[in-house]
Amino acid sequence: MQLLVLFIVVVMLCSAVAVLLLKDFLAALAAFSVVSLGLSVLFVILRAPDVAMTEAAIGAGLSSLLFALALRRLGLWRLKE
Amino acid sequence: MRRLSSALFLLGLGLLIAAIFQTMEFGSVAPIAGQAINTVAAEQVGAANFVTAVVLAYRGFDTLLELTILFTAATAGGLVLGKPRAGASRDPDSGFILRAGADLFFPLLLVVGLYIILHGHLTPGGGFQGGVILASAFFIPILARPGTSMNHRRVSLIEGFAGAGFILIGLLAMLGGKEFLSPLLDQGELGALLSAGSLPLLYIAVGLKVGSELAGLLAQLSETEATD
Amino acid sequence: MTMDTGLILYTAAFGLILIGSAGIVLSTHLVRIIFGIALLEAGANLLLLLATYRAGSAAPIIVEGRIPAVMADPVPQALVLTAIVIGVGILALALSLALRVQRAYGTLDLREVRQRLEQDIAGEAGIDLPSSSDAPQAVMTRQEGQA
Repeated sequence: MQLLVLFIVVVMLCSAVAVLLLKDFLAALAAFSVVSLGLSVLFVILRAPDVAMTEAAIGAGLSSLLFALALRRLGLWRLKE
Repeated sequence: MRRLSSALFLLGLGLLIAAIFQTMEFGSVAPIAGQAINTVAAEQVGAANFVTAVVLAYRGFDTLLELTILFTAATAGGLVLGKPRAGASRDPDSGFILRAGADLFFPLLLVVGLYIILHGHLTPGGGFQGGVILASAFFIPILARPGTSMNHRRVSLIEGFAGAGFILIGLLAMLGGKEFLSPLLDQGELGALLSAGSLPLLYIAVGLKVGSELAGLLAQLSETEATD
Repeated sequence: MTMDTGLILYTAAFGLILIGSAGIVLSTHLVRIIFGIALLEAGANLLLLLATYRAGSAAPIIVEGRIPAVMADPVPQALVLTAIVIGVGILALALSLALRVQRAYGTLDLREVRQRLEQDIAGEAGIDLPSSSDAPQAVMTRQEGQA
C-alpha cells in the first residue's frame, strides 16, 4: 500500500512539474490529465469514492476537453517551428 | 527584479507551508460534526450515501448557492466569448471512425449518466457526476460532425427549468408550513430507489442543470471565432 | 496507514500547491498561468481531504445493509465535491477571458500585453510614458516608430 501511494505521488509530482516546463501545450494538457488521474486514485485510497468519481469525471474529462477546445481556438494546437 | 521577488515569494510560501506541516497529524483526527451525522443520517434522511445526505439534506442551501456560482460562471463565459463564428464548417471533416464511435457512445453515455444521477442516494455518484457525463454525451456528436451546431435556446430552456425546479421543490415544502427544502416524499426503506425524501428529485434537477449548462458552454467555446 | 504514508501524502498536497503557485508567479504565458491555477486547486482539494482523514475508516456509504463501524467524515467530502465543480467553472471563465485577450491584443505574452495596455491607457489620457529597458523588442520598435 505504501509503495503504491509512493509511486502515484511521484508520478503526479513529476507530471505537475512537466505541465509547467513543456513547450508544447498539447503535451502539457496530457500531463495535466495524468495529475488528475493520480489525484482521483488517491481519493479512492483516502476512502472518498464520491470525490474520486467527481475528480475523474471533471478533472480528467471535462477540464481537459475545455483546455483542448480553448487551445484549438487560440491557435496553440501545434508547435510552430 | 521580477524574478528575484517571485523567488522570494515562493521561498516564503514554502517556509509557511513547512511550518504548518509540523503541526498537522495524519489519521488521528476526531471528527465531531461528521461523527454525529454518521450516526443519525440513516434514520433522519433515509439515504444510504451519507455524502448525498450532507450535500442535499444537511447542506442543501449551500448546493443551491453552488448552482448559482456555476450558472454565473457559465453565463459570464458565454457573454465574454461573443457571437459564434461564420465559418463553422471550416473545420476539417472528422472521419468515419469518430462519427461511428460518437454514434455508439451517445446512447451509452446517456444511460450511464442517467443511472448515476438517479442512484445518487444509494451508491457513489449523484447530480454533479452524472451531469458532467450527460454534458459530454451531448457534446460528442457536435465534435464528430463539425458543421452542426447546438440549439442554444433549447439548452438554456432546460437549464432554466431545472434550476427553477430545484427552488420549486424547496418552496413546495414551505407551503405545508415546514422549512425550505424539507422532504416532500416519504422516507421509504433504506436502499430502495424511491427513498430518502425528496433527494432523488433534487438530484435530478441538479443533474439536468449542470449537464445542460456545461454542454452549452462547451458548444459556445467550440463555435466561437478562432483568433488565427 | 502508517505515519510514512501520511508524510508522502502531505508532501504531495503541499508540492502541488507550491508547483501551482510557482506556475502562476513565474510564467509569462497566460495559458500556463491557467494551468497553474488548476494545479493549485487540485492541491488544495487534496489537502482538505487529507486533513480530516481517519485511519482505518471505511467510505461513508451503507452497502447492503451493513453499517461499518468507523466511517470517514462526510462533511469535508461534500465540501471538496463542491470545490471541484466550482473549479471547472472558474477554468471555463478563465479560458474565455484568455480568448478575449488574444482577440484584443494579438498575443498572450503577458509582458507585451502589459506594455500595450499601459500605452493604450497613456495614449487615451494624453500622458507620455517613460520607456523602460525591460520592454520586449516588438513593443520597443512600435514606440520608436511612434516617437
